[in-house]
Amino acid sequence: MSVFDAAKQAAQGLVQGVVQGAMEKLVPLAPDSWIPGGVPDPLIARKHGLIGKPVSRLDGVHKVSGTAAFAAEYRFDGMVYAALVYSTIPKGRIAAIDSAQAEAAPGVVLVMTHHNAPRLNPMPMFGSSPSAVGATDLPIMQDGVIHWNGQPVVCVLAETQEQADHAASLVHVTFDETPAVTSLAEAQANGVEQGQFMGAPLLDEVGDAEAAFAAAPHRVDQTYRTPRHNHNPIEPHAATLAWIGDRLVIHDASQMVTQQAQNMAQIFGLDPEQVHLTSPYVGGGFGSKGLWNHQVIGAAAAKLAGRPVRIALSREGVYRVVGGRAITQQRVAIGAKADGTFDALIHTGLSTMPPHGTMPEPFILGSQAMYGADTMLLKVEVGRMDTLANTFMRAPGEAVGTFALESAIDELADSLGIDPVELRIRNEPEKDPIKGTPFSSRHIVEAWRTGADRFGWADRPETPGSRRDGEWHVGMGCAMGTYPYYRMPGAEARITLTREGDTVRAKVEIAAAEMGMGTATTTAIVAAERLGLPLEQVDIAYGDSAIPGAIMAGGSQQTAAIGAAVIAAHNALVEELLKLAGNDSPLSGASADEVGSEAGGLARLDNPDAKETYVSILARAQRGDLSVTKAGSAPLETMHWSMHSYSALFCEVRVNAVTGEVRVSRFLGSFDCGRILNPKTALSQFRGGIIMGLGMALMEETQLDERNGRIANASMAEYHLPVHLDVPEIDVIWTDIPDPHAPMGAHGIGEIGITGVAAAVANAIYNATGKRIRDLPITLDKLL
Amino acid sequence: MNPFQYARADDAADALRRGAISGAAYLGGGTNLVDLMRETIARPDQLIDVTGLPATIAETDDGGLLIDAAVRNTALAEHPAVRMRYPVLSRAILAGASAQIRNMATVGGNLLQRTRCTYFYDAEGARCNKRTPGSGCDAREGFNRIHAVLGASDACVATHPSDMCVALAALDATVHVDGAEGQRTIPFADLHRLPGDQPDRDTVLRDGELITAIALPALPTGARSAYRKVRDRASYAFALVSVAAVLQLEGDRVVDVRIAFGGVAHKPWRATKAEAALRGQTITQQVVLDAAAAEFAEARPLRDNAFKPALVARTLAAVLTDLARGEAA
Repeated sequence: MSVFDAAKQAAQGLVQGVVQGAMEKLVPLAPDSWIPGGVPDPLIARKHGLIGKPVSRLDGVHKVSGTAAFAAEYRFDGMVYAALVYSTIPKGRIAAIDSAQAEAAPGVVLVMTHHNAPRLNPMPMFGSSPSAVGATDLPIMQDGVIHWNGQPVVCVLAETQEQADHAASLVHVTFDETPAVTSLAEAQANGVEQGQFMGAPLLDEVGDAEAAFAAAPHRVDQTYRTPRHNHNPIEPHAATLAWIGDRLVIHDASQMVTQQAQNMAQIFGLDPEQVHLTSPYVGGGFGSKGLWNHQVIGAAAAKLAGRPVRIALSREGVYRVVGGRAITQQRVAIGAKADGTFDALIHTGLSTMPPHGTMPEPFILGSQAMYGADTMLLKVEVGRMDTLANTFMRAPGEAVGTFALESAIDELADSLGIDPVELRIRNEPEKDPIKGTPFSSRHIVEAWRTGADRFGWADRPETPGSRRDGEWHVGMGCAMGTYPYYRMPGAEARITLTREGDTVRAKVEIAAAEMGMGTATTTAIVAAERLGLPLEQVDIAYGDSAIPGAIMAGGSQQTAAIGAAVIAAHNALVEELLKLAGNDSPLSGASADEVGSEAGGLARLDNPDAKETYVSILARAQRGDLSVTKAGSAPLETMHWSMHSYSALFCEVRVNAVTGEVRVSRFLGSFDCGRILNPKTALSQFRGGIIMGLGMALMEETQLDERNGRIANASMAEYHLPVHLDVPEIDVIWTDIPDPHAPMGAHGIGEIGITGVAAAVANAIYNATGKRIRDLPITLDKLL
Repeated sequence: MNPFQYARADDAADALRRGAISGAAYLGGGTNLVDLMRETIARPDQLIDVTGLPATIAETDDGGLLIDAAVRNTALAEHPAVRMRYPVLSRAILAGASAQIRNMATVGGNLLQRTRCTYFYDAEGARCNKRTPGSGCDAREGFNRIHAVLGASDACVATHPSDMCVALAALDATVHVDGAEGQRTIPFADLHRLPGDQPDRDTVLRDGELITAIALPALPTGARSAYRKVRDRASYAFALVSVAAVLQLEGDRVVDVRIAFGGVAHKPWRATKAEAALRGQTITQQVVLDAAAAEFAEARPLRDNAFKPALVARTLAAVLTDLARGEAA
């Protein structure tokens, strides 16, 4: 078998047991046409339909009228309420639990500890199987061993939430503490190891970057620091659940619905079909709405008590139980020629994770495809700390990594006297700098040019600290953001056409999650367009583990995963319809790839007059409905092309000369993310990401007390996020150039918004004041 | 939250009778007390709601104002006499919390709000002498960016979080209280305590005493006042530091100046040393910085808050130079 035959078979998924490494070698070599997206999605060419029109979110009315039920709003008859008691030491054992007072408190139904909790299997840890989504595989209330400060140690069930909370406050737990690693310095002193992410080492080397850097005529070499960050979705994590016979029913807040159901089944020793998990509405996820201790404890307590349970974490509980971003300490060293082109790009450093964790903060991911450099060294090392397992938090890696890289590029531009936009454009790579694969769609230069023009970049003060407006220093900064296009396997779509008199309705079921970003609306738009039906005739079902397939709202990949599954299901539907249409149809003789959906039916692509409606086909076949289920193609396009989204960000800040207070006065994001499917929800996604980036730049910081590993500011009163007055008008534009190799030509846009933002702010602060702040958040005391 | 009884007081006498019982607490708007109860930091057996007591703002014979304790913060901030004659107070109130909280919060309750020290709030996992006397202080060697640089003790480095109280300290207000031992008045600057070895006691109020009103004296003719708050975000954040000032000039010479700082001590800090240094002077940046230096000579900064003395000094200089130029009200 030649390399090309192997590649073709690999591309088509025919070779059994082809290992990932071989795929990665072969798929880039295969002709485009063998790869998903090699033949552009026909919807890309369709310009006049729903795609690209601003459509209000379909669930908006339910949300603003209070009829959308979130996880903590479901009720079961006989339901009791849970409250948790958390460990106050970072490491050791529970010595004793005195729960007598709690058990005697009014309304208490159960006090569950590791002594009486049902025996459970460990949580399937992320990466251990395709469906595993646990941030750790530590035993949950099984053995009295403490692994982090804040670990749940007791669960109280009572008839009301207030009774449960009160009783929980009466439980007295004493601990035998053992030495723990709770500071970065200690972790570093204990030795660091090569970081891994998604099963691969976080290490990329092109040439000898250190040597090239040392020889370069112009150099920047700096260390940047980002603190821990905690998740603060507006909806705290919650689950309402019940054992009904031997089945477990869970109303959860989830961005990985099917996986969580499967994981819960594994933990409780059930068949996957015995767990039914729904999550139609989620009040924000950002990577945090996954499987954590609380759902497991809730289900265990419900089993033990024989009562349905609602377990809703307090805001403090979210800090104690749900992981966030790990701390980073990043070196960026750039060696450049006089014209600004890079001889060497070095982005290395340290992050942390607990001994029981699965990921460090992979801060080099963005640097893998942003710039061309003759040599590159990208590396993440990890120190181990005894903390809660950190996890994905909006653009894991890129959010904090772009702060370091894009600050360093600004420093280089400043020292070279080259405009920072121009410097970036001079370092545009022609192909993927690491993998060498061609870019599928890269129009960042256009985004820079249009963004700079619209923002008025030419008016930037040339000399830092030179513009003053009364008490305020004024400055402008820019930065680039990036996030990869991913598509995970496992997505399926079921399309059901139902004849209703002389019209037809389509139901599209996908095991996707909607966290408020507009997925349901966008999916309906795309499905309607693909089926040739008006939006009103399309129903979308999602957020339910009973739906086939498994899709995660993570990695900004859900749009593509849904898109590819709907393409596959639509193709299968067309085939079935042609079979039903038979010889009496104007479509007779056509094969599936010769027809398309148009105006409520099928039409020949080469002769649009040869057409028949769905109603007509179904009626003649005496069918009331027709249903197909199909999985999306294997996501090989990301091996064949280098696929990314990009942003060019512009920021204007005002820094008070007296107090050091920073106010962001203008912001513009110019995005290159393929075709924008729904401008209305997209705008909110971009703006929301940028606002989260402003918080990262200026105020977000988890205060992990190095003496005992406890989060000191486990409250939104002292963990600051931007409030309305901190957010200026945010202008957002996009290239809207379809990626010819992505379904619908679109990229997911959940994470790109935050990337680069902190650097744009920091660079603007430098331009305003002449002060370069390299550790986040940039609070006013650092500017005095 | 612990179980508790709730009663609504008909009048001050009724409130005092109910408040004399051990374990009772007066409830104003509840914007801090209820939070503290949820965290089990406050565990009253009996809540006596005093929001039904008189809530008027009256002119006094000496040209000042008498503000009932049940007046809501919003009502006080928006009162025409306050806005006209005591802009420092109006601005301090509006710089705090959110509109919704200000609508709920009462004047009396604002005086009794407790520190925002994160260790004070972590009832399960942190040591705090203010919350649990004798347990220790985790803030002294921990995260203490928002903590005190003046007047702190080994036992406690917490700050008082109110904005309004900083203005009242600068205005020489008087607090009217009523209790088992009868009515008395307390100069505002004496209401709040320094922590010493009893940081659990925020004020000099005796058990069961009720704040009934606050009296504002008239300001001298021509006096100007201002409040400036420095914080980590544009709104809805407690002050890192704040400055309240009342300035009276004759020509360009300081006849009288009253200054209070927020965010630097266990109580709103009346800066008497700085005031003394400024009397008779002409306001310049350097004169003010020198006066502030006198005030902070005894400052004991902690790990994270060494920036505060300089920040207060710069802010004070900006406030007083603006007032001297007539740029603030």
